[in-house]
Amino acid sequence: MLVNATPSINTRRTLQIQDVGMVFPTKRGPFVALRDINLEVQRGEFVTLIGHSGCGKSTLLNLVAGLTTPSSGIMLLQERELTGPGPDRGVVFQNHSLLPWLSCLDNVLLAVERVFSEKEGKAQLRERALAALDLVGMSHAVAKRPHEISGGMKQRVGIARALAMEPKMLLMDEPFGALDALTRARLQDELMKIVATTGATVMMVTHDVDEAVLLSDRIVMMTNGPAATIGEVLRVDLPRPRVRVALAENRDYVQYRKEVIDFLYTRHSHVEKAA
Amino acid sequence: MGRALLDTPRDVAPPADTPPVRRATVVAVSTAATPAPAPREPFDWRGLGARVLPPLGGVALLIAVWALATQKSVSFPTPLATFDAAVKLFSDPFYSNGPNDQGIGWNILFSLQRVGLGFGLAALVGIPLGFIIGRFTLFNRMLSPLISLLKPVSPLAWLPIGLLVFKSANPAAIWTIFICSIWPMVINTAVGVQKVPEDYLNVARVLKLSEWKIATRILLPSVMPYMLTGVRLSVGTAWLVIVAAEMLTGGVGIGFWVWDEWNNLNVAHIIIAIFVIGAVGLLLEWSLLAVARRFDYN
Repeated sequence: MLVNATPSINTRRTLQIQDVGMVFPTKRGPFVALRDINLEVQRGEFVTLIGHSGCGKSTLLNLVAGLTTPSSGIMLLQERELTGPGPDRGVVFQNHSLLPWLSCLDNVLLAVERVFSEKEGKAQLRERALAALDLVGMSHAVAKRPHEISGGMKQRVGIARALAMEPKMLLMDEPFGALDALTRARLQDELMKIVATTGATVMMVTHDVDEAVLLSDRIVMMTNGPAATIGEVLRVDLPRPRVRVALAENRDYVQYRKEVIDFLYTRHSHVEKAA
Repeated sequence: MGRALLDTPRDVAPPADTPPVRRATVVAVSTAATPAPAPREPFDWRGLGARVLPPLGGVALLIAVWALATQKSVSFPTPLATFDAAVKLFSDPFYSNGPNDQGIGWNILFSLQRVGLGFGLAALVGIPLGFIIGRFTLFNRMLSPLISLLKPVSPLAWLPIGLLVFKSANPAAIWTIFICSIWPMVINTAVGVQKVPEDYLNVARVLKLSEWKIATRILLPSVMPYMLTGVRLSVGTAWLVIVAAEMLTGGVGIGFWVWDEWNNLNVAHIIIAIFVIGAVGLLLEWSLLAVARRFDYN
């Protein structure tokens, strides 16, 4: 019941980014963070943004989230121009950002109420929140406060909060970056399942090559900043469902991985700022 | 504003790491209790002694020094004489022989009433003002210098203004309480609002919550611990100020009572009053701490 239940292979565009640039004013004059960004994301597609730190991948995600306004260019979400933040995009923050004074259920309810309270009664809203928590395997902790659960669980609740709004797109800013390797792997697997069942359209920022190849339909590789832009886009044609263990020896997987590493470390290796 | 905060002791404020001692003891007790249900654990007399004896020792030391120092004194009462006077005093705390001779209970209640009024008004004005200052940079810039200027002014300097404006002693005392206890609440609330983590506000922005929901679901809970620290400091200040204010304004009240007993040269009563004022202050502090703990979301 969350998002569009049919994992359709509909090629309709969900997101269009056209000639977007971002310039931040600083004391030393304007700083060009992003330039000439052009990207389309199809419905049901999983796109990751990868690049070295400071390449503006998070800036790009924040632009799509509406937390910052682009200096130039336009963005369309299902053919409508994006002018600010809104619940049609579910954002999962790196540090979960759950409100510590609300239980897991209430954290999700806060988002659900925002979107559906005009049409639905209290019981239905609660039902939605519970369903979202169930989807991420957190039914056992609905009444717990965020500080009572582990980092991985918090991130699950964060995902539940974002998904419960039935957004047109899920935006994830290094959602697993702060987790240990084992927890991260488990959450990646579950995210793949969730995306498979909900057919969600996802844009995710990461700096983890394996994560990008494992999860993505396309990997958007960004050049180094300042004035970063999209360097290459790699289509990952691995069949789903993808199984981590099997992929480790899959020749295509190794090849995709190599291409990303090649881009990041050979062609656009991170140059530490010389004086 | 941030600088102003440094002046106020932040003994409870930051929401993150509040109760190290208390929690630790609770945990220790529960883990000790759970594993062995069959043989009952012997009562921890040593632990109790270690916690109760030192404070008692401190009090005993004070009384001993006091007794020694007043052994040969004529004007300063001994602990025993003070105790006798206290027993007599508290045997009838609510008598009333006209406006200048009332039981100590009445005096305390009248003082508490003034404090309640002055402090309540200060909370009513100070907390919203703190929210405004914290949320809007313009108001912050406008009011911060004024607050910095007025905050260190001694309470009694405000009293003549009150007398002038209200032409009466009682409102003037309340006014003095009000103006002195408002600053900690304004400052702590404002700092609390400024320290609402950016992440939470981002949540509000991506969800596009209404201003009402932002205020009730994000700002208020997040600011609450800071606000309560302000309230606690304010009540402390108010209780400090009332004694001084009542000495000058007169009327029924513990401050005036102290002054009255000084005029009667009844030093034992003054010493009793000091203990009573301290005890009431402590009770106010404790009750607000209890409230603060209830609202601590950690």
